[in-house]
Amino acid sequence: MNKILLVIQREYLVRVKKKSFLFTTIGVPIIIIAFYAIMIAIGASGGHEKHRIAVIDEARLLSNGMEKAKSDASEYVFIDNQPADSLKVNYKKLGYDYFLYIPPVDISQEKVSNIQLYSNSPVAVSQKGRIEKAINNAIELRRLQSANLSREQYSAIRSDVSIDNITGKEQKKGVAMVATIVSFACGLLIYMIMLIYGTMVMRGVMEEKISRIAEVMVSSVKPFQLMMGKIIGIGAVGLTQFAIWIILIALIGLILPFPSIDPSAIAQAGQAGMEENVSKFDTVLLGLKTLPWGMILFCFIFYFIGGYLLYASMFAAIGSVVSEDQNEAQSMIFPVMMPIVLGFVIMTKAISEPGSPLVVFGSIFPLTSPVVMVGRIMYDVPISQLIFSMVSLVLSILFFAWLTAKIYRTGILLYGKKVTWKEMMRWAIRKS
Amino acid sequence: MNRLEVKHLKKYYTSQKAVDDISFTLAPGSIFGLLGPNGAGKTTLIRMITGILFPDEGEIIFDGQPFNPDKDVAYIGYMPEEKGLYKKMKIGDQAIYLAQLKGLSKSEALERVKHWFIKFEMQSWWNKKVEDLSKGMQQKLQFVTTVLNDPKLIILDEPFSGLDPVNSNLIKDEINNLAKQGSSIIFSTHRMEQVEEICDHIILVNKGQKILDGSVTAVKHQFKENIFSIGLEHNPENISTPAFEVINSKGHQLILKINEGYKPNDVLLYFLQQQAAINSFHEILPSLSDIFIKLVEGTPLTRQFQTTQNA
Repeated sequence: MNKILLVIQREYLVRVKKKSFLFTTIGVPIIIIAFYAIMIAIGASGGHEKHRIAVIDEARLLSNGMEKAKSDASEYVFIDNQPADSLKVNYKKLGYDYFLYIPPVDISQEKVSNIQLYSNSPVAVSQKGRIEKAINNAIELRRLQSANLSREQYSAIRSDVSIDNITGKEQKKGVAMVATIVSFACGLLIYMIMLIYGTMVMRGVMEEKISRIAEVMVSSVKPFQLMMGKIIGIGAVGLTQFAIWIILIALIGLILPFPSIDPSAIAQAGQAGMEENVSKFDTVLLGLKTLPWGMILFCFIFYFIGGYLLYASMFAAIGSVVSEDQNEAQSMIFPVMMPIVLGFVIMTKAISEPGSPLVVFGSIFPLTSPVVMVGRIMYDVPISQLIFSMVSLVLSILFFAWLTAKIYRTGILLYGKKVTWKEMMRWAIRKS
Repeated sequence: MNRLEVKHLKKYYTSQKAVDDISFTLAPGSIFGLLGPNGAGKTTLIRMITGILFPDEGEIIFDGQPFNPDKDVAYIGYMPEEKGLYKKMKIGDQAIYLAQLKGLSKSEALERVKHWFIKFEMQSWWNKKVEDLSKGMQQKLQFVTTVLNDPKLIILDEPFSGLDPVNSNLIKDEINNLAKQGSSIIFSTHRMEQVEEICDHIILVNKGQKILDGSVTAVKHQFKENIFSIGLEHNPENISTPAFEVINSKGHQLILKINEGYKPNDVLLYFLQQQAAINSFHEILPSLSDIFIKLVEGTPLTRQFQTTQNA
């Protein structure tokens, strides 16, 4: 027992003491956030493209001026003195990017077609959408006029409803959207943890095998101790990274003044009729505060540890059978990755349809349950299903640890030989 | 009491009988050569003695008690043929870690590691990483980590590969020292001259079975072919006697093979009668290498023949 502690200690310290540890713990999340920030910024700046667009409006749709979309920065130049046919050929020479040709159309028809936009290369979908929007506005206006309606009357008729989802006995509001995001984030996190730390275990085992220290080690410690020591040690590294992140987030929370919500406001807002007073941002915060955090945290930690242990032992077994060849590891790893990816797919479904049979199955089946159950936990999982899921996960961890330990024990001492799945199965079912 | 007794040890794999009924004993302080061609089952045998593999049949007695891997590995030092260390770990830390895994406390481990590092002039390596060392240096470090726990039984598989003569001698001396202090050493190698130099006892394993067991001198005598070397002042012109035949001559040295039924004295008598002046006379024993080749070369053929007959 003392030896397994020594192994855990080494595996943990060797990784935490590395210079790259701080970088991957603090730097990588910052890079990821910065990356998403840049992507969002690029996406938001899409409307600033300026184009000169020549327009021949034979239908006189736009003759009363255009209602351009807000994000449309393009310049529309109306041309009367040239035939459409020559402009179709010449618009580029005349300094226009596109040529919009509106032939005489009958706007009383339900579907107005035949409007053409000429360009050298395909026009961006967003740009096309903005032009369509402007023409739609113009057609709508014409139709209103022919029905003797004013814009104001039309606006008064139009309806834009949004439904509030009231969940649970306390009539929590705004939870649905927030729950979706939190579910997805938790599921994604578990999915990534299993892949990242699982492959870390595999590489650790491969390192021991390739550097030929495995045989020295197993002459002092049992292979099972060596394998579990590595799995637990790397798991502890993962927990340490989480602890650092939580502390960092807490510190940022202290430094940046977040708008605080006073509890009485939440109570009031919970009652119908008060929603106008609560801005969208407050709704999100409110949603966050009303989620069952205790339950989420408990399940998250349980399935984090459980899922990690389940897959880490499989990754360790894979690491023990591959030799120097990296490609070999890639092909061996595939069957282990598949259920993880499948779990992720089911998890995305869990968010839209938390009660569907596939999701219920996925949240109990131990190979997918860590990802799926965490994605589903927000949506009132029956306690019997939860217990069933947890028990089957624990049993599978024990079963797979027992099975993979036998593969590991044989594989780690085998050099220069390609191991087939059939052989691995034989080692696994062999009596010790 | 024997340090190690191996009794009728067997380990069968699906494709072959890796170890097929091997027995031997090992006394404290003896240096024991474990010889055999590639694939003879040496590694499997060693892995059973070090507790890495469990035998299918037979028993191992360590220090008078049935071998208990959990407890007894603390008294065994094993340097496998496939040697290795954690490449990215600092050398001092690594040596302490390996000693602790053998059951030493942290302070004990530190003390032993320091002692050995000073002895082998490795103090300056402490904060280096294994990947910074040359192959020979790694080998030296590997030897140190093997003997750190002061083992009663030391198993060395090709310990000199990659070492220069100076470091080879350093380790050879250390092996002798450890034996003098009572450690038993199993030494596995293909380098026969090293075996003759170091070992006092050998066994030869082939196809999973022990085919030879004895002290180095006894084995050599067992395989001697009555070949002698005689040095003469002047070579006699004609040598004809039923007692021996000259099989080789080099200057004034003659190599003779004594025929069946005659003794070395008959050789001397013959030359004395010839009035030849004798400078030297000694027996030439076969080298272990010769014995090895002689014993191992024939077997595969015999085996193949047998299988064909059975089929």
